Amino acid sequence: MNTDKALSVSQLNNYIKMLMESDDVLNYVTIRGEISNFKHHSSGHMYFTLKDEKSEIAAVMFRAAASRLNFAPKSGDKVVAYGKVSVYEVSGKYQVYVSAMTNDGAGALYAEYMRLLEKLLAEGLFEASRKKAIPAFPKRLGIITSPTGAAIRDMINVTGRRYPSAELLICPSSVQGAEAPSELLRSLMLLDEVGECDVIIIGRGGGSAEDLWAFNDEALVRAVAAARTPIISAVGHETDTTLCDYAADLRAPTPSAAAELSVPDRVALMQSIDEKSERMNRAVERMVSKQKASLETYAKQIALASPIEKLETVKGRIKKAEELMSISVLSLLDKKRLLLAKSAGQLEAINPLAVISRGYSVTRDECGRVISSVYAVEPNEKITVTVSDGAIDAVVTGKRGS
Amino acid sequence: MANKKEYKDIESAMKRLDEIVAQLTAENISLEASLSLYEEGVALVKIANSRLEDAERKINMLKTNADGEVSEVPFDTSAVL
Repeated sequence: MNTDKALSVSQLNNYIKMLMESDDVLNYVTIRGEISNFKHHSSGHMYFTLKDEKSEIAAVMFRAAASRLNFAPKSGDKVVAYGKVSVYEVSGKYQVYVSAMTNDGAGALYAEYMRLLEKLLAEGLFEASRKKAIPAFPKRLGIITSPTGAAIRDMINVTGRRYPSAELLICPSSVQGAEAPSELLRSLMLLDEVGECDVIIIGRGGGSAEDLWAFNDEALVRAVAAARTPIISAVGHETDTTLCDYAADLRAPTPSAAAELSVPDRVALMQSIDEKSERMNRAVERMVSKQKASLETYAKQIALASPIEKLETVKGRIKKAEELMSISVLSLLDKKRLLLAKSAGQLEAINPLAVISRGYSVTRDECGRVISSVYAVEPNEKITVTVSDGAIDAVVTGKRGS
Repeated sequence: MANKKEYKDIESAMKRLDEIVAQLTAENISLEASLSLYEEGVALVKIANSRLEDAERKINMLKTNADGEVSEVPFDTSAVL
């Protein structure tokens, strides 16, 4: 030990300070940690400790810097602090001099969320093959949520509108805060084991990452994955995903959507029943028509083959033929009669007896030859003159030229 | 399924109805068989519709008393709706 080289305490502390303040890492440091032993002094300065699982470091944020904070820090807060590490020469204690700080609640939560997600994924807890189907016609629906608020109201209304015959069994629970994970877990075990539900909906309305944090609780998530009853998870809004959502058999973006997914729509069902009824009617109508048509065909065939039918047909043909015939015969007869009358008339006109009756006579010689010229006779020849009512014997006494 | 089975709840009624519709529309059964199925189908339509028309709601809650006993009690919807 060389006592010549001995420094004073002030010198030592000063040296340490210089050392620290010339180091870039320590001079511009960003730290992630949790606040504990937080004290907000009346002077405006903040004194606290930043820690992680294993270590801690003293910290101070002076009034000027503290006034620019956008949140009110408190013990338990997960934060990201920016500043420098130096030594307070007077006390020889080194600490962080924080010049800026942000609330890293979300960041820290997110890190924990990812850690658990990866762990449970690796265990196969979220495998698609583990998912159970949601029953089509549930008789009893279990619901785990806050007994007041929009979530339960919406679920009651939606199921009432769609399918009021499903019974609801509500197991009320806190859905945020420290007591939420255990209450949710207990509700789930109750409904799953003794609730006799066909499906269970677990969920809540929207909120911040911290608000929804209970649904990332490891024990609860494991219970959701292991439940016998099919589970629909509906936590927060569309964009929020908690580990319960991964573990459930079906994930719904909101509690209302969960209610819609859990029960069928009876209006649609009734329409479907009407349609089936129609199809049955038409099918039976078709079959009956077909049978009727077959019967009619048979009846026709039988009728055609029947002898009575044949007879009637033949009789009919004969009658027709007769009619035609009688028409022709009659007309033939009439024609002939007409001709006869005509001829008779003509004959009558040239009948020589008729001529004679008009005063003309026929003169014949002794041989009976008709005399039509003066040169055919000589005087003293005997001639006969025929008149209408007889004949006159005569002798030619003389002739005269025409 | 040769005998008359009871299809009283909506789920089994709908299922049996679907079977009947399929058989009738396939049209490869006798007229008597069709008419018998049709009769059954008409009865099922009635049952299914009446199950759906039941509108009386049952909303209950699980309650744990001080001794840790769990019971089912009606849920007070007036506080919520």
